Amino acid sequence: MSGGNFESALRNKLDGLAPIRIELADDSARHAGHEGAKGGGGHYRLTVVSSVFAGKSTVARHRLVYDALGDLMHDKIHALSIKSLAPDEV
Amino acid sequence: MDVQQLIKEQVGNNPVALYMKGTPQFPQCGFSATAVQILKACGVPEFFSVNVLENPEIRNGIKDFANWPTIPQLYVRGEFVGGSDIMREMYQDGELQKLLAGIAEKV
Repeated sequence: MSGGNFESALRNKLDGLAPIRIELADDSARHAGHEGAKGGGGHYRLTVVSSVFAGKSTVARHRLVYDALGDLMHDKIHALSIKSLAPDEV
Repeated sequence: MDVQQLIKEQVGNNPVALYMKGTPQFPQCGFSATAVQILKACGVPEFFSVNVLENPEIRNGIKDFANWPTIPQLYVRGEFVGGSDIMREMYQDGELQKLLAGIAEKV
């Protein structure tokens, strides 16, 4: 799966969060070959801005993101760093 | 012992429990290394840890235990706190230091 396809798949998965902004950075190259990455999958940094995060704890926000990503989390993502912001926190 | 029961006992019996890749001395993942560094910065250099790379049952079981798909996972006084992103945020806000006060060594 190329980077572009992955990003569009990810954006589709996150649609349900009604995101105002999604930014995805692919750090996979920086982690290639390290012990923890043997199972495959990429390293990503994700920023999501959505009003659904307002008033929620960071744990609750990250759960929303993980739930939305579903299978992607297991199949295509080895490591994901999440920044989840409500619109007034940007 | 059932792995869920084992994890429950581990987090219940240890004030700070970190499920990580590698060991505190030799983390094998950048996120796990970050988690260890943050705990040290909070005055908690010694804590219970499980190297999930050597415990495949716990590696899978811990994800169900907290309904959280990633590792590292930090537990304080039996409660799930979060992964390394959340630890970093809480540390920057001073929240993690508060949570660990009383467990942390005087530094």
